Amino acid sequence: MATATVPPASPVKVNRLGLEMANYKGNKSTLCAGCGHNAISERIIEACYEMGVEPHRVAKLSGIGCSSKSPAYFLRTAYGVNSLHGRMPSIATGAMLANRNLIALGVSGNGDTASIGVGQFVHLMRRNMPLIYIIEDNGVYGLTKGQFSATADIGSKLKTGVLNDLPPIDTCALAIQLGATYVARSFSGDKRQLLALLKGALAHNGTSMLDVISPCVTFNDHEGSTKSYSYVKDHDEPLADVSFVPYFEDISVDYDPGSTMDITMHDGSHILLRKLEESYDPTNKIEALRLLTESHDKGEVITGLFYVNTKQENFLTLLNVVDEPLATLPESKVRPPKAVLDEVMQSLM
Amino acid sequence: MATTHVELKESELFAEQKRIINDLSIQVATVNGSGSQTANTVLLRAIFQMGIPVSGKNLFPSNIAGLPTWFTIRASKDGYIARRKDSEFLVAMNPETAEEDVLTLKPGAACVYDERLNLRRLRDDVVFYPVPFDQLVAPVCPDARLRKLVRNMIYDGVLAQLLGIDMEEVQIGLRKQFKKKAKAVDLNFNAALAGYDYATKNFQKQDPYYLERMDATRGKIIIDGNSACALGAMFAGVTVVTWYPITPSSSVCETLIEYMKRYRVDKETGKATFAIVQAEDELAAVGMVMGAGWAGARAMTATSGPGISLMSEFTGFGYYAEIPAVIFDIQRVGPSTGLPTRTAQGDILKNAVLSHGDTKHIMLIPCSVEECFTLAIDAFDLAEEFQTPVFVMSDLDLGMNNWMADPFPYPEKPISRGKVLDAEDVRRLGGFHRYKDVDGDGIGYRTLPGTAEPLAGYFARGSGHNEKAIYSERPNDYVGNMDRLSRKFETARTKVPKPLIQENSKGEVGIIAYGTSHWAVVETLDQLKREHDIEAGYCRLRAYPFSMEVHDFIRRHTRVYVIDQNRDAQMLSLFRLDLEPEQIKKLRSVRHYDGLPIDARSVTEEIATQEGKN
Repeated sequence: MATATVPPASPVKVNRLGLEMANYKGNKSTLCAGCGHNAISERIIEACYEMGVEPHRVAKLSGIGCSSKSPAYFLRTAYGVNSLHGRMPSIATGAMLANRNLIALGVSGNGDTASIGVGQFVHLMRRNMPLIYIIEDNGVYGLTKGQFSATADIGSKLKTGVLNDLPPIDTCALAIQLGATYVARSFSGDKRQLLALLKGALAHNGTSMLDVISPCVTFNDHEGSTKSYSYVKDHDEPLADVSFVPYFEDISVDYDPGSTMDITMHDGSHILLRKLEESYDPTNKIEALRLLTESHDKGEVITGLFYVNTKQENFLTLLNVVDEPLATLPESKVRPPKAVLDEVMQSLM
Repeated sequence: MATTHVELKESELFAEQKRIINDLSIQVATVNGSGSQTANTVLLRAIFQMGIPVSGKNLFPSNIAGLPTWFTIRASKDGYIARRKDSEFLVAMNPETAEEDVLTLKPGAACVYDERLNLRRLRDDVVFYPVPFDQLVAPVCPDARLRKLVRNMIYDGVLAQLLGIDMEEVQIGLRKQFKKKAKAVDLNFNAALAGYDYATKNFQKQDPYYLERMDATRGKIIIDGNSACALGAMFAGVTVVTWYPITPSSSVCETLIEYMKRYRVDKETGKATFAIVQAEDELAAVGMVMGAGWAGARAMTATSGPGISLMSEFTGFGYYAEIPAVIFDIQRVGPSTGLPTRTAQGDILKNAVLSHGDTKHIMLIPCSVEECFTLAIDAFDLAEEFQTPVFVMSDLDLGMNNWMADPFPYPEKPISRGKVLDAEDVRRLGGFHRYKDVDGDGIGYRTLPGTAEPLAGYFARGSGHNEKAIYSERPNDYVGNMDRLSRKFETARTKVPKPLIQENSKGEVGIIAYGTSHWAVVETLDQLKREHDIEAGYCRLRAYPFSMEVHDFIRRHTRVYVIDQNRDAQMLSLFRLDLEPEQIKKLRSVRHYDGLPIDARSVTEEIATQEGKN
């Protein structure tokens, strides 16, 4: 038999499901070389691989824009919808209502979220639906050639020299205030932090909102931009050193409880945060908002896990839906018997 | 005394008249927020319980309290239940409209009114029955706060006495209304009795209108169209409902919530076999439906014209990405403020091609509460069979008014999920192409997210994809896909509910109508025959795309009148897109668009005029 004659290849690394990293890859990216979004796709691939996520359970959902094209570039065998501009939240909500066993991975951009989609974003954050919302944030509209979006900082400059004269929407502050229960900001260039935060999001049982600054090499990576590689590198102030220990691995690291916080996630995984900022406490909503406000005033780009709440009831629990996916309930569960129709008809006579 | 003089005159006027039995229309004019709904519903029910075919139409303002409201009850021994333009009986309770209401009565009509309004001076060819409402309500309702709500019951009693409605039926109607609240039943019934007694003591019957028991409503139900749609959705097995409140559709989902809480909570676990979410707007409501439909739920939303506008982009997306969705459109008059509480068939043309690019959508058009139920079930099956958004085109008249009907039939066919492949299917086939026309009917096979098979996954998009659901901007891929979608729509033509056709012997005049216009047309057919010697064939549309039977009907007739409840002859316009030029020439238009439900007299006169008979 052909298979028997193949010599054993050098052992390929597999995860706890026996899947290779290659099983988590997507199609070849059509984004610009060096685009921050491609780095985010790579971290998503690594996070899903290392966490042992079953690809068939993943629903990749996006709106419109460069960011929203990227779900094609990871997890090829998963399911996905590239929907409408600003409407990823509703598509993701619907998918999760239909099948609570799905892992909804929503990818949006700064325009898709903070401008056209801000209404859906706001209401999604209120519901605490279990899903991951990633903003690939470069401060401009890439696909329409570089107009400012609502996350662009005041005073930042377009390539054409146009200055942004309106204050930005801080999507993290908004998400925290509205009810998201896992809110972080990261940088596409910070592999380690982003990977840990993504894994934390996969372990979280509520809405995870990750604003990832992801420079646009074509339209917003120049002098005067506050979303360029060099600007973010120079101004990045991580609040903590983030490590993630999944539930299926033992915590073998030694840490100083005085300077490190251990957050136990819903699935038993741990997020370890070695504090770099004295007053930092990601379980304190008001503290998180204060930090964000102050960093804006100082012109810093703080990154890390700003807020986490593992106790808050999620939307599906609130709706009291059955444990099995609504999408595949048998007819016997969804069409009441004739006796029910007779009873209703009788009451109307 | 002046009153005596008038009464004498009235007696003379009506002395010769014969009794008119079970053929009248009662119009009740009140101020909205005055609690007249109970009195009107009970009146309708009492007549219904006497076995007389009856219909009720609520004409209400876009307001919570203080603006005029009219409720029309029509009793018809012949079973006609369309709105009538004029009424035989007016109950004038609203000082603001009373004079105009009286002045528009036809000669010989009767008017029950609040004595204080002093209406008698306005006409000498109308019978007046003044009632001292405030004086009567005080003794039967000691609690002054409740008087406003109870005083309307007095006119039920007065009408019962004048028309011959059995007071026992009024009491039964009240019990139906208030269920177990015995105190409320008694309070309201005593008010009705006070009216009855007052009428007995003070009025001499001077009009010819009477109601007498029949046996035409036995075993029938009374329900509004929105509740019927809700029941249909529940029995269709809906699992995800996302909506945004808008008149006149809100009660579809509100009623559905009530039914689902009662009948769709798993007895063993106490958990819901459904999810209902009130979304932040219609964009989100339909977006959630699309997400849920893509993920395999039977998902729906309900809205009206303005909501449809907001759902436009997603509907087109659903057409291109091929996502099942059911959208109930309870149509009303145009945008913004003014007439949102008035009826129209205003979205026909828009919904047929909703969104941008080349899009065509299936529409099912119920005319009755029974069809609200059965077509709702059909809509969910068709949405999944054709993997596309399907509209159920009801309207305010059907949705928000009470209609009598036969009890709804339990669905005979099992739920149809369409072409869905499971993991084993995909493995056996060695993969699948999401948008490939395997069977020649234009409909591809889909998998549901979560199906545990690597080859089952796919990425759905709008316009640019090939058969394998892979991103493509190639002209051939686009054209191939668009032609397949066209083929799918042609398949739908053969699968949507067929029209109901009533033939005529002469084959000259044909009438095409849809939705609530049906009830006017059945009466018009009789009027045309009786008054103008026109025997018309009748084709009632129940769906778009038009079945071949509709084309055949037009071919068989010389002149075809298309009845639209909109200004621009929207359904007729859709025929122009579908028919050959020589068939288009046969089409004539009858349009009704004043915000009121269509009436037979208007249709009859318009057709007679166009036929050269007037």
